[in-house]
Amino acid sequence: MKTTIEGKIIVLGNNIDTDQIYPGRYLELTDPVEIGKHCLEGVDKNIGKNFPKGGIVVAGTNYGCGSSREHAVITMLHMGASAVIADSFARIFYRNAVNLSLVPVICKGISQHVKDGDDLKIDLDKGVVKDLTTGEEFKSEKITGQPLKILDAGGIKPYMRHKLGVD
Amino acid sequence: MHALEKILAKNSGKDHVSAGEIVTADIDFAEINDLYLQTVYSFYEMGGKKVWDNTKCTFVFDHYAPAPDEKAAQNHKEMREFAKKNNLKYHFDTNAGVCHQVMPEAGLAYPGMILVATDSHTTTHGAFGAFGTGVGATDMATILLTGKLWFRVPEIIEVRLDGEAPEGVFPKDVILNVLGKLKADGAVYKAIDFTGSYVDQLGVAGRMTICNMAVEMGAKTAYMQPNQAVLDYVSKRAVKPFEVQYTDDDFEYQESHQFDVSKMQPTLSCPNSVDNVHALTDVVKDGDVELDQGYIGSCTGGRFEDIEVAAKILKGKRIPKFKRLDIVPASAEVMRRCIEKGYIKDLILAGATIAAPGCAACLGIHEGILASGEVCMSSTNRNFPGRMGSVDAKIYLASPAAVASSILNGKITDPRPYLDEIKVTD
Repeated sequence: MKTTIEGKIIVLGNNIDTDQIYPGRYLELTDPVEIGKHCLEGVDKNIGKNFPKGGIVVAGTNYGCGSSREHAVITMLHMGASAVIADSFARIFYRNAVNLSLVPVICKGISQHVKDGDDLKIDLDKGVVKDLTTGEEFKSEKITGQPLKILDAGGIKPYMRHKLGVD
Repeated sequence: MHALEKILAKNSGKDHVSAGEIVTADIDFAEINDLYLQTVYSFYEMGGKKVWDNTKCTFVFDHYAPAPDEKAAQNHKEMREFAKKNNLKYHFDTNAGVCHQVMPEAGLAYPGMILVATDSHTTTHGAFGAFGTGVGATDMATILLTGKLWFRVPEIIEVRLDGEAPEGVFPKDVILNVLGKLKADGAVYKAIDFTGSYVDQLGVAGRMTICNMAVEMGAKTAYMQPNQAVLDYVSKRAVKPFEVQYTDDDFEYQESHQFDVSKMQPTLSCPNSVDNVHALTDVVKDGDVELDQGYIGSCTGGRFEDIEVAAKILKGKRIPKFKRLDIVPASAEVMRRCIEKGYIKDLILAGATIAAPGCAACLGIHEGILASGEVCMSSTNRNFPGRMGSVDAKIYLASPAAVASSILNGKITDPRPYLDEIKVTD
C-alpha cells in the first residue's frame, strides 16, 4: 500500500448514506465502469463529472451509513477517488472500502476545517493529514491490525488468493 | 460475558472474548441477496471452485422480485447457475419474499448462531437470539470460500425498554423513539442489546421490527434474549438443534439507555433522515401534511401483523381518489396468511395495490417509485433522499397503523381514533 496519498478534495456533510453515494436504481449494474458513472448522484448529479482524477473525498460523521452495497465503494474507485477521509465511517462501508482497497482514513473534525478544491496529503505511517492549500495539519487514526494486512496485500482478493495458495 | 460474546467465542474456538478483540469465527449460515452478483464474481476472482458447505449458504431473490427488467433477470440467471453448480440445499427464488422474513420462516435463523447476509438489515435476527450482521459482496465471497469471517468483538450497549405500550404505539414507534435519542451514529460498530419488560413480553414480529432498525443507528448487530414466543417459533422451524446463550449477571454494558414505553406516542421519522424523529401530533399541529402514497411492506413493516392492522383499519372504507396505497407482503407465507384471513380482499376493496412479496419500492427499485415532489408515508426503514425514487420526494416513516389511517385521510393522521373503531367492531 502506498503510504502517502495526495489529491484535490471535495467536502461532504454528515451521515452521507449509501443511497446518496450510489442510488438504488443502479444496483443491478455489474460493470465497474458503468457503476463509476453514478457516484454521489444522490448528493449532486455533477460531482462525478467534475471529480478530479485521483481526488480525495472528505466527509463528516458516519460516512456510508445505510445499506451493505459494495457498489458504494466500487463507484468511488471508478470515479477516480484515491482515498476517503471522514470524521467516522459506518461499519459495513469501512469493511467494503478496506476489502476493495479504497483507503479509508478516520480523521475526527477534518470536514469542518477544509474546503472544496484544497489539496490534501495523507501520511498513513505518521497518521497525519495535511491541507497543502492552507498548511493546516490534522491527526488521523493509524490503520492497524487486520484492515492494514488486507490493504497491504492490495485488498481482500489478493489477500485471499495468497492465503489460499491460488497465486 | 454477554450472550453475543459467548456466540462469538464458541464459533471462534475460544473460551473467552472481549470487546476490541479480533476473532475469526465460523459462520453458521450465509445468505446472498440478488443485489450481489458481485459475490459470485469475487468468489471466482479469489480462485473459488465450490462453496465451503452447500447446506450453509443460500440465495434469496428479494430486491428484484420478480425481475423488473432484463438486466435483473440476467443477474438472477447467473446466480441460479451458481446455486445449481454448487448444489445449494436451500434456494429462495423470486416467489419467496424478503430474506430477513424468509430465513426465519424456513428455520434458518435460530438462537445462538452467527448469521451473515449481504444486507445491512441482518441485525433483524437478534430477535431470535442470534448474532446477525451484514457484509458486502466480497466479504461474503470470502465466507463462501472458507466458511469463516473476521470480526472485531463489538462493545455492547443496553437499550432498556420498560412499560406497556399505550394504544397507537407499535414496535415501530418504539424503535423510532430510540433512534430519535441515540441518533443515526449512536451505535456505530457496537451491538445493541434490547432488554426490559416491554421486550420480555413482545412477540416475534415486533422483536424483528425493533432489531431490524438497530442498523439505522450504525449497530453491527442487535440482540434480544429469546422469550417463550421466540422459542415456540423456532422450535417448530429450526433446521438444526440450537443452544440459547445467556448473558452473565456480572456483565457490564458500555452504556445503558432507558425508555419508558408507556409514555410514548405514535411517532414519525420525518424527511430526510431516520433520526429526525417527532411525535405524529407535533408534526401535524401547524397544518396538514398531504400524502400521495402510503406504503406498507419490507423487512421492517411488511409482516402479517402489519398488514392485519392496516386491513382492519381500511375494511369497508376507500382511500381517496388520486391517492394510492402499496401493500407488499414480506414473504409468500405472510401473503398466504393474509389471503386466508381475507385481509388482501379487504385491502383491494379499499383501493390498495398488492405487490409481489419482496423489497419492491423500499429501496427505490420497482413497484411504487416516487416522483419528484411526491410525499409518501411508509412502514419501511429509511427515508434518505432518493431512497424510494426521486431525490426530491419526501418520505415519512411510521407504523403500519399510522400509514393506513393517514392514507385513508389523504394526509398524516393520528391512528388512535381508527384503532378505537377497530376495537368496537372486534
